[in-house]
Amino acid sequence: MLPFFFWAFVVGGSICVIGQLLMDVGKLTPAHTLSTLVVAGAVLDTIGLYEPLIDFAGAGATVPITSFGNALLHGAMEESEKHGIIGVLTGMFKVTSSGISAAIIFGFIGAVLFKPKG
Amino acid sequence: MKKQSASQKAYQDLAAVHDRKRPVLLNCVKAFLVGGLICAIGQAVTVVFVLYFSFTEQTAGNPTVSVMIFLAMIVTGLGLYDRLGQFAGAGSAVPVTGFGNAIISAAIEHKTEGYVLGVGGNMFKLAGSVIVFGVVSAFFLAIIKTLLIQWGVIG
Repeated sequence: MLPFFFWAFVVGGSICVIGQLLMDVGKLTPAHTLSTLVVAGAVLDTIGLYEPLIDFAGAGATVPITSFGNALLHGAMEESEKHGIIGVLTGMFKVTSSGISAAIIFGFIGAVLFKPKG
Repeated sequence: MKKQSASQKAYQDLAAVHDRKRPVLLNCVKAFLVGGLICAIGQAVTVVFVLYFSFTEQTAGNPTVSVMIFLAMIVTGLGLYDRLGQFAGAGSAVPVTGFGNAIISAAIEHKTEGYVLGVGGNMFKLAGSVIVFGVVSAFFLAIIKTLLIQWGVIG
């Protein structure tokens, strides 16, 4: 159990360092950085490397935004195995649904509950 | 590089001289610590889902992300996530809580413009690019991979 926390910390932290380097050394805006990382996650899953990373690091791989690209590709591939090329469209949000739904729902609830600051 | 006139070039050079050096190493240490901590909290949530609900280490990622976004709502609503962001940089932006913060803070910020035009219309103002580029890249990668599998190029 404890090694899982350790590797989640190290791998998750390392992905954040990559993001920080893209921002500081690469001079990218945060939006460019996050978009780059999402695409990187999708590419890593395409060549079959993201799932082993999740097995190894748990939340260290699922919590950073790279997992969003991984999950999009995963849903698309799951459906395309069943329904062929059209599954790429129907399955795109299959796995990511919870993240996007949660973001919209909590975003709305947050707007109802909280007042803008500053 | 865009075409620049001589005076624009001179200005850029002047700006570069006065540009503060970014403390890259310190920023990376902060990003590592805060990002790692957020992922460790996520790991605790994952453990709960694996132990008490019927999820595996692979599938627990989805509910974990939802819980993390919920936590991001609370912290953002209290106005603390921005302060964390100033300290941690990418350490708080890269985890999915940063994605949640982008959506939730945009929703709260535009509340004064009303729920339909303000909250609904601006919610994805900051986070939209992540979704767009994620979906577009996943679309083309999935098409290529599917075709390669169908043609028997890869297993």
